[in-house]
Amino acid sequence: MKIAIASGKGGTGKTTVAVNLAAVIQGSCLIDCDVEEPNAALYLNPKIEEINKVELPVPRLKEDGCSYCGLCARLCAFGAISVLPGSAAGKGTLLVFDHLCKSCGVCMGLCPERALKEELRAIGTVETGNSCYGTFARGQLDIGEVAAPALIRVLKQKAIYAPVTIIDAPPGTSCAMINTINGVDLCVLVTEPTPFGLNDLKLAVEAVRKASIPFCVVINRSMGDDEIIEQYCRAEGAEIAAKIPFNMEMARRSSEGGLLCATGTVFRDYFTHLAEKVQKT
Amino acid sequence: MKQIVVISGKGGTGKTVVSGALAALAQDKVMADCDVDAPNLHLLIGAEYLEENLFYGGQKAFIDTEVCVKCGKCLEVCRFGSITAEFRVKQQLCESCGYCLMVCPAGAIGMDKNPAGKWFVSKTAYGTLVHARLEPGEDNSGKLVAIVRKAAKEKAEQEGAKYVIIDGPPGTGCPVMAALSGVDTALVVTEPGLSAIHDMKRVLELTDRFKIGAMAVINKYDISADNSSAIRRFCADKGIDIAGEIPFSAEIYGCVMKGRPAVEARDANGVEQMKKIWNNIKKRLQT
Ligand code: SF4
Ligand code: SF4
Repeated sequence: MKIAIASGKGGTGKTTVAVNLAAVIQGSCLIDCDVEEPNAALYLNPKIEEINKVELPVPRLKEDGCSYCGLCARLCAFGAISVLPGSAAGKGTLLVFDHLCKSCGVCMGLCPERALKEELRAIGTVETGNSCYGTFARGQLDIGEVAAPALIRVLKQKAIYAPVTIIDAPPGTSCAMINTINGVDLCVLVTEPTPFGLNDLKLAVEAVRKASIPFCVVINRSMGDDEIIEQYCRAEGAEIAAKIPFNMEMARRSSEGGLLCATGTVFRDYFTHLAEKVQKT
Repeated sequence: MKQIVVISGKGGTGKTVVSGALAALAQDKVMADCDVDAPNLHLLIGAEYLEENLFYGGQKAFIDTEVCVKCGKCLEVCRFGSITAEFRVKQQLCESCGYCLMVCPAGAIGMDKNPAGKWFVSKTAYGTLVHARLEPGEDNSGKLVAIVRKAAKEKAEQEGAKYVIIDGPPGTGCPVMAALSGVDTALVVTEPGLSAIHDMKRVLELTDRFKIGAMAVINKYDISADNSSAIRRFCADKGIDIAGEIPFSAEIYGCVMKGRPAVEARDANGVEQMKKIWNNIKKRLQT
């Protein structure tokens, strides 16, 4: 089963929940899909065995053939090609703006002269390996690149899945997050009991419902009174699968890259219970 | 007029709390909430919506099943996996390229206009706020950020404001670049956690690339003394000034819970630090 750990907002403890869940489930797989800020490795210390460059095909002119008709530029929905027609003075010009290109293939597929070929351009990496808890995979987008959804699609193909696979999703409800949760069996939405947390939880619930994925809620940094979230969950019929209390010691441990479940203390129970619960749903 | 963006790389480090404090401290400014995926600033400074505008994203394909001859051409060309074996379009995965429509021999495919979000101009107790809300799963967040920034700048010009304060999105992707481009200074809010430090470094690579001077804020600096020293050392090495250090405080948390800017917290040290941050920004912008 595939379980995505998501949250409408960053910093709610999504990664903390993901890595600790992966660590209490023996032989699990963790995929870090937060490709702009992949942080799960800081906690699981995996040994990376394979690094793959992720490349996207962008159009380039072949040596010759182009008539500078401009069809490709007109068909490209993203304005990624610009064509200046030739004149008596000389050949035309064709420019490709790589960052705008979504690699849809329209220009290459429909050029009447078959004058465009694909060239691969690196946008980031996908790494796979093992931690002492199971298999591990993560993607990292190069700085300045924007194609997170494309990188995530490759990452999800390359990962070595286990009976239980935990996926750390990108924060928010962006296109990258939707690509991440596409095809998972359950979404765990991590929130915190603040007005920000509630606002962003609502957005996340809207997103998972739109994608028709079952979900449950985890309240992190509970300060005792979580009525703000509980009231909403009651009204929406959403299950609260766990409450993790705020605790200075936990905050410190987590901030220093420690696994909360590795301590053999009360913290561990929060995650073993949560693991049992999510595997039942 | 000067533009200041508050960013963090990692979400949840206190970016919006700092932005809200600046909103309360700065005079003559317009606020822009550019975290269009999860806008929160209006929760802290209150907002009375004056204007509402629709934002259209890329159009999404749809297949008229009555006309479709099930030839499979669309399935063959779509590179985004958005067409199912039953010839339906998963619109959330559609990237709006239109390839399917161009190759369909039966003319069964059309493109739907796609309202992808809204943007607003609001009145707050602290001045004008321009903010927006992108529908879940929509792509074009960079475009919407650009719209919010343009509107905020225009408002600032109309009002003769001296500053535009931008609450930026998390991450380092497209919307962050849209929020960064052309600003006068960036404030990077981090906290003493390994993830937050790692992400701060990534976001500083971005400000470097955009040639934008940055200052740092350490939020909840007292959670880990070791990590806070590591941040100070890193910043000193890079020549990045630390504009202020905010303690972890139940009072500040209480303010957020009540939906009030953190400068109202009964935490003298914390509030002092926020004032110091704003003064440091002003100083930076004068030179
Ligand atoms: S690449 Fe093909 S479609 Fe584009 S201008 Fe040249 S001939 Fe026309
Ligand atoms: S592959 Fe698609 S997005 Fe890229 S240039 Fe060609 S038509 Fe435009």
